[in-house]
Amino acid sequence: MNILVCISNVPDTTSKINFIDNDSKFDKNGVQFIINPNDEFGLTKAIWMKDSNNADVTVLTVGDSSADAILRKCLAIGADKAIRIDCEAIDASSVSKEIVEHCNEVKYDLVICGRESIDYNGGLVPGLIAGYLDYNFVTNCVSLNIENGKAKCSREISGGIEVTESDLPLVIGAQKGLVEESDLIIPNMRGIMMARQKPLEVLSAKNIKARAIDKKYFKPQEKAEVKLIKPDELDKLIDLLENEAKVI
Amino acid sequence: MGVLVYAESENNIIKKSALEAVSYGKALAEKIGSRLNCVVINCSEPNILKQYGTDKIFNITNDSLKDFTSRSYSNALQQVIKAENTSILILSSSADSKYLGAHLAGFTDGSFISNVVGIPDNLDPFTVKRSCFTNKGFSSTELTGDIKIISISANSFGLIENNGDGKIEDFHIEDISSTITVSNIEKQSGKVTIADADVVVSAGRGLKGPENWHLVEELAEVLGAATACSKPVSDMGWRPHSEHVGQTGKPVSSNLYIAIGISGAIQHLAGINSSKIKVVINNDPEAPFFKAADYGIVGDAFEVIPQLITKLKNRK
Ligand SMILES: Cc1cc2nc3c(=O)[nH]c(=O)nc-3n(C[C@H](O)[C@H](O)[C@H](O)COP(=O)(O)OP(=O)(O)OC[C@H]3O[C@@H](n4cnc5c(N)ncnc54)[C@H](O)[C@@H]3O)c2cc1C
Repeated sequence: MNILVCISNVPDTTSKINFIDNDSKFDKNGVQFIINPNDEFGLTKAIWMKDSNNADVTVLTVGDSSADAILRKCLAIGADKAIRIDCEAIDASSVSKEIVEHCNEVKYDLVICGRESIDYNGGLVPGLIAGYLDYNFVTNCVSLNIENGKAKCSREISGGIEVTESDLPLVIGAQKGLVEESDLIIPNMRGIMMARQKPLEVLSAKNIKARAIDKKYFKPQEKAEVKLIKPDELDKLIDLLENEAKVI
Repeated sequence: MGVLVYAESENNIIKKSALEAVSYGKALAEKIGSRLNCVVINCSEPNILKQYGTDKIFNITNDSLKDFTSRSYSNALQQVIKAENTSILILSSSADSKYLGAHLAGFTDGSFISNVVGIPDNLDPFTVKRSCFTNKGFSSTELTGDIKIISISANSFGLIENNGDGKIEDFHIEDISSTITVSNIEKQSGKVTIADADVVVSAGRGLKGPENWHLVEELAEVLGAATACSKPVSDMGWRPHSEHVGQTGKPVSSNLYIAIGISGAIQHLAGINSSKIKVVINNDPEAPFFKAADYGIVGDAFEVIPQLITKLKNRK
């Protein structure tokens, strides 16, 4: 079985978010980049499927050479092969189409993406890929079992869990639950050494036009000072929530 | 040309988030100078949409749409978009609508933008504001493409009543075959979910252990609220993953967010920051959460919460 895991290179969760060039660009200065957490849950699941489903795992990112470091990390975690489609990732639509072009050349049975990235939070890429390729799609995926070419997936829905059965090929949007936080694989020395022998292929991009272009960024408004209420004056809190904030 | 809203329903009732999408759709339709149409799927009582300014309601009734799948629902909506020559589709940000939106954008080659927080500042070029970096920032984004799909952030626009013709028209769809089927749904009934809640009561490691969560649940019950928790609480298995909120968990954009024994780490705040009013209860006056809160109580949760529950009960 052939699995593609799409990886996004995102700012570490503790990063300070600042904008430069007249607020038209995210300031990458001093920002550490990591594998998008949702993608990492998906990658871990894919690595498990090497054993359970005899899978071959390729990781792919659309981005410039600054993303090579996280691809190497994915290889050290256990992926067999890495691909970078060389261009600046501008919007979900162009990124998805670059991935789709690749999927038309190399057939994958399963495409794993994160449910959403923690930088732009669009949650678009997995659905777009599925739509363009006319594949089945399950997002917010918290369990996946593939046997005899049939996939059984659980999706977290509002207030519960839904189980679906489908044919392959399939695209999933991974999140915590698909594997647990404690299942994430920390690369060891052997993994890191082996990663150096594994292929990291750079493909040229098709230069697909972006359709959603961020023109200007803003920071949230500064918050007013907190109003402190004494623990023995809870009536006051209730009054404020009821009559000032009008939320209860 | 025209604005279409997919008004999501559950058990025949139009969801509140859908009414917000309709309110938004109406404002946008007025800005464009077009009429507002809505589409409902297997919902026999869509009349309420009229009160929010809907001119025409397309009513789809079809057995193959009994269970939601993004594929079958996308297919149905695609037929409406085509027949009506829709250029803008509005969705709520419910889990199902966001799921559907991305898949549909792929099928129609439309341009999808999510987490939108306001009506477009400009129609040509079409420029709309959305949140990004998990609410640590916003962007003004230019969107091109013949079909634009916009999913709006919960509670970012509000409900605005308006008069519309509200004419209901049955919309017949071509048969949908699907290679994905829903085999089981397990849903807790009667519990308010984080996505739909006006009020969310959330607790962290300060609550010491799962045996103390009855306090959180009781407080949530008197407020008609959903319950949530910080990441370590779900990682330790004190609470289910579905309650984990924050940058790597669920986003919260409720009207009121009450945080009990949560320190307010940057990753936690990122996910809940778009909630309108935040109340923090923490015994450490230095807890970073106080900087992000509207109201704060420096005190021991085990003393404050039972009293708060009693007082709220007496108020009713
Ligand atoms: C990549 C990454 C992603 C992350 N994503 C998330 C996320 O999505 N969501 C999230 O929540 N966290 C996330 N975190 C974790 C985050 O950094 C914090 O560790 C976490 O939010 C802390 O949880 P907490 O506030 O419950 O616990 P603590 O930080 O331990 O805080 C407990 C608080 O309870 C207070 N307290 C103790 N006793 C009492 C009492 N009796 N009464 C009142 N208050 C009391 C303490 O003063 C303290 O402030 C992430 C971390 C990383 C590295």
